[in-house]
Amino acid sequence: MRLSREIVDHVAMLARLGLTEEERERMREQLSLILEHVSRIQELDTEAIPPTAQVIALQNVWRDDEIRPSLPVEAVLANAPESEDGFFRVHAVLEQS
Amino acid sequence: MTSELVRLTVAQARRLLDRREVSAIELLEAHLAQIERLEPRIHAFITLTPDLARRQAQAADARIARGEATLLTGIPIALKDNLCTVDAPTTAGSRILQGFVSPYDATVVARLREHDAVFVGKTNTDEFAMGSSTENSAFGSTRNPWDLDRVPGGSSGGSAAAVAAGEAMLALGSDTGGSIRQPAGFCGIVGLKPTYGRVSRYGLIAFASSLDQIGPFGRTVEDIAILLQAIAGHDPADSTSVPVAVPDYRAALTGDIRGLRIGIPAEYRVGGMDPAVEEAIEQALVTLQELGAELVPISLPHTEYALATYYIIAPSEASANLARYDGIKYGLSLPGETLLERYLRTRGEGFGPEVKRRIMLGTYALSAGYYDAYYVKAQKVRTLIKRDFDEAFARVDVIAAPTSPTVAFRLGERTADPLQMYLSDVFTIPANMAGLPAIAVPCGFVHDLPVSLQFMGRPFDEATLLRVAHAYERATSWHTRWPKLAVEV
Repeated sequence: MRLSREIVDHVAMLARLGLTEEERERMREQLSLILEHVSRIQELDTEAIPPTAQVIALQNVWRDDEIRPSLPVEAVLANAPESEDGFFRVHAVLEQS
Repeated sequence: MTSELVRLTVAQARRLLDRREVSAIELLEAHLAQIERLEPRIHAFITLTPDLARRQAQAADARIARGEATLLTGIPIALKDNLCTVDAPTTAGSRILQGFVSPYDATVVARLREHDAVFVGKTNTDEFAMGSSTENSAFGSTRNPWDLDRVPGGSSGGSAAAVAAGEAMLALGSDTGGSIRQPAGFCGIVGLKPTYGRVSRYGLIAFASSLDQIGPFGRTVEDIAILLQAIAGHDPADSTSVPVAVPDYRAALTGDIRGLRIGIPAEYRVGGMDPAVEEAIEQALVTLQELGAELVPISLPHTEYALATYYIIAPSEASANLARYDGIKYGLSLPGETLLERYLRTRGEGFGPEVKRRIMLGTYALSAGYYDAYYVKAQKVRTLIKRDFDEAFARVDVIAAPTSPTVAFRLGERTADPLQMYLSDVFTIPANMAGLPAIAVPCGFVHDLPVSLQFMGRPFDEATLLRVAHAYERATSWHTRWPKLAVEV
């Protein structure tokens, strides 16, 4: 099994990873080998087996909806590459009409 | 000159500190001197925090003088650099977290501060804990103190190397597929992955959330028990931490394992295993039998699928967890004409090759058309793996196996072949898949390199693991050996 270049490009875009030409080709090689290895699980019959997402018995964990202090805004924004008036600053997502 | 102080166990250091024969400052300075002497060769740390450590040691001395010391007061501890700290950078071994200082402490870090423990620094790790050799760190490889041409294991290789070399008395790491046990084994020390849910992960930088767990490194089982005691227990800030009672772990160290039923899984004798490692494991099993344990042959039939299952589930979870590194909230941010361009550039240049590989693998496994065939299928196989353990633990108290199929390999030996690298975790991954606690203890030497024995236990039964590991340690002397460079004068 060998991944097509289209799939690699598609997955890189889904993951928002800017990859170089060389990286894409290497990814194609390496992912193909890894997928070939992991595909061995296909030989198991799991028709009647439920999936396990996590192994502890806890289901939902609730707490009272009480107002509590959050992290200080300044401390959080101190890490932001760009901030303004107590907000993260980002590129416009919607175009102006 | 190497101070004897860097070779103490926690209990020994405690006696000296409490009798005021040694101060916390003196103990710290001995470790800082060891760090200064060895770091140029080992590179266990990404960030050293001597000033913070000195302030903490002073506070520890004051507390000792008041007669209020706990077991960890004044003890020098290293923290894996994926644990958030408010007063030192947290990088997770990645360029993408450049400049990040967490606005909060990880719960485990906060708990150690309550003891007035002393933080010597943040240790090297494979980027986002993805790796088995510490070679995937954006800050350079760590070297194995037993042989500088070899890897310390990974991903918590810095923590393991620091403790093995006497640069810290204890360390914390994280284990998603073996990242505590395998480096503990490669560096000849003790490492424990607690049960999933035993230790709060609040403030641990997430890799694969259904598998990650924080745990202790030390040079003896008792030291590990002391550190586990301090970090175990429910935390409302981590909804996956489980509200179950935490026993007295040191009380479990009775030395008595007569009648203990130890399962020996047939499937852990795989091809590619170093025969000398196998021999050392066999010898260890004989010792356990002589101590009065009963060896019970068992079968964990789905073991051979654990690695494949892991390399679907862990990258899938990682691809979701790592979506947060977008160049907007923290860390590296490379400009672009559009928001999309900023994402692509920041993530493309900020992540290293292994992290990109796993993000791609996970994104693929979760994408439309492949989700059922890979992700859901892997989750079903995970059920089968867990059932194997459930059935085994109906018959035995613990399971013994090698920690790794080989001793520490050479730097560069496996970097070209990701699959070859993944195979070094073949014996450690199953415990993560089933959420079980597991401990690695030194059990011999092959070509002057440490060999490690692993015990896996029932959920939340770390106490039995510590008991059997301690009994084995008492009957042997492997844990008393030191790497030459750590003790040379």
